[in-house]
Amino acid sequence: MWSFRVRGGVKLQYHKELSSEKAVVPMPLPRRLYLPLQQHIGAPALPVVVVGDTVLKGQLIAKAAPGLSAPVHASSSGTVVAIEEYVAPHPSGLRQKTIIIATDGQDRWAALPHPITDDFPLGVTPAELNSRVAAAGIVGMGGAAFPSAVKLDLKSRYQLDTLLINGAECEPYLTCDDRLMREEAAAVIDGVRILAYALEVQSVVFAIERNKPQALAAIREAARVEPWIKVMALPTRFPMGSERHLVLACTGRETPSRKLTADIGVVVHNVATARAVARTVRSGEPLISRVVTVSGRGIREPANINVPLGTLVEDLLVFCGGLHPVPHKLIGGGPMMGAPLPSVQVPVVKGTSGVLALTADEVNDGAESPCIRCGSCVSACPCGLVPLEMAQLVRRGDLQGAQAIGLQDCVSCGSCSFICPSHIPLSHYFNFAKGQLGALDRDSRRQDRIRSLIQARNERAAREAEAKKAAAAARKAAKAAAAAASAAAPVDTPASQLEEST
Amino acid sequence: MDATALSHAAQAVGAIGVLGTVLGVILGVASRYLSTPVDDRAEAVAALLPGSNCAQCGFAGCKQAAAAMVEGRAAPNCCPPGGASTAQRVADLLGVRLVMDGSEEALPTVAWVEEARCIGCTRCIRKCGSDAIVGAAKQMHTVLPEACYACGLCVAECPTQAIVMKPVLPTLATWHWPKPKPKPKPKTAVATPLTTD
Repeated sequence: MWSFRVRGGVKLQYHKELSSEKAVVPMPLPRRLYLPLQQHIGAPALPVVVVGDTVLKGQLIAKAAPGLSAPVHASSSGTVVAIEEYVAPHPSGLRQKTIIIATDGQDRWAALPHPITDDFPLGVTPAELNSRVAAAGIVGMGGAAFPSAVKLDLKSRYQLDTLLINGAECEPYLTCDDRLMREEAAAVIDGVRILAYALEVQSVVFAIERNKPQALAAIREAARVEPWIKVMALPTRFPMGSERHLVLACTGRETPSRKLTADIGVVVHNVATARAVARTVRSGEPLISRVVTVSGRGIREPANINVPLGTLVEDLLVFCGGLHPVPHKLIGGGPMMGAPLPSVQVPVVKGTSGVLALTADEVNDGAESPCIRCGSCVSACPCGLVPLEMAQLVRRGDLQGAQAIGLQDCVSCGSCSFICPSHIPLSHYFNFAKGQLGALDRDSRRQDRIRSLIQARNERAAREAEAKKAAAAARKAAKAAAAAASAAAPVDTPASQLEEST
Repeated sequence: MDATALSHAAQAVGAIGVLGTVLGVILGVASRYLSTPVDDRAEAVAALLPGSNCAQCGFAGCKQAAAAMVEGRAAPNCCPPGGASTAQRVADLLGVRLVMDGSEEALPTVAWVEEARCIGCTRCIRKCGSDAIVGAAKQMHTVLPEACYACGLCVAECPTQAIVMKPVLPTLATWHWPKPKPKPKPKTAVATPLTTD
């Protein structure tokens, strides 16, 4: 099956060979686990344990907040030693509420929901499956960490026909999805079937880039019994794994600007998400671990590790033999779309696909020089935008102008920054501009709320003044009436009468 | 009544009717093309401003400031409580370019009551334009940060200097990448004179 052409994109040096032949190894249990309350898009989860509580592996420790959110579970047994602000794995280095567990080394399991072992059709309704996925705290594991149950529920609002499984793994260095597909192809395909059943779609496409021939073979083999699952080999080109570009490449449908892929009938789930769903359904386990690629030439022994969530990056680096030579950059996620880590003492969370220690010669970090208008960024942009023009507008402070030529359609893939011969930080400009526009928008809404408060207060003041005036007038009238009465009968005006009239 | 009189009457009615229609059309066209445009932008701008007349802009109130902005006597970003978003909306409405002067990069602030100093006099509550301060007489007051628009009137009003303006620090939900700073060019090697002392 041929894929459809996607415009733009860049050819990269992949460096996947550093870790692609390393089988997934389990991480030894760390002494402490740091589980942030927000590891997903949406509202932070709400803790249901207190300091001093003993928790078991897989036990719910923070429930989902109302609205868009996801729960958090203990990744091993132990004692809650603190619930406090701790550095988040986020480029800002800001802190967030984190549940800290001192592990007891026994890894005792909590009582889990009963496993669903039926063959297809499953003995549960799609809605029941959906609530189980939500309760397991599963979020998109490709990096965006959007709660998966919400994506499964899209069928109630959109006409869906296709489930697309994203096994592209187009970021350099990362091999965690590649290893999963090779080592656990059967579980992944089982997860895909469960997702298709929950979404009630007839058509499933499993997309893998051609630079992973073993993964392609393994998935083809596992999907042989399910001929309705189409396995598709995609050309190796960044950013093939971007949701909208993957949909375009596999179905030929282009997602309209500012719309979801669900608007054109497609839902995309990551390979690791499918595996997590299979695990939750088949054994009742919530999402408490994930495969992380630790790689880069600054790592002594690159590896793919099955890590309990909440393990510190520091522990991972030590497990991989430490840093050598001292890296130039430490990145969470892939080198194109990932973000620098503020410290090694940040935890691995649900969306952490990789930890990369890159040396200076692996980083394209030259001094910035003026734009020569070569147009490389225009041909590289997979969204059909004109990065050089947008960056110029943002630099001058004209965010509205940048928005008018498509700033909000930028997916922040970083292809333009990568290709730019002048080393202009193009995607940095766009990330800043999108953030700033978001802040302005939030501020406008706040100003509108405050204006309505001020208006309400002004109206109240006017009403009070009116009432005071009326009362004064009434008093005056009463006084005049009393005066008239006393003039008519000056001898005795009973005080009680006066009081009554006021 | 005979036929001649009737036809005369019909002629008169017709003539007046035709005259009326023609003049009506002329008037209609004239009112469309010869009208003096009324500048109602001042009201539209005033609707964007907070409307509490805190006078930080230097004008008597929001209406006066709005008129000044329309006439070009004041910049669209002259309203500190309105902040960057209000400035942007005013500039969009007036079709002028917003000149960034760096003030928009300052962190937003909100009022904050130092509890140990508050004597519960309620003066700030009466002054607050957006009902952002709660409390009762001889009880400690506090500021609802979501409702405070940082006009600063309460700070000046407080007899015990118990109110200060505090910056609103970014959180994970509000943080975004800062504007890239141009990287310094690699310095060419310059001979540095040796210091002897």
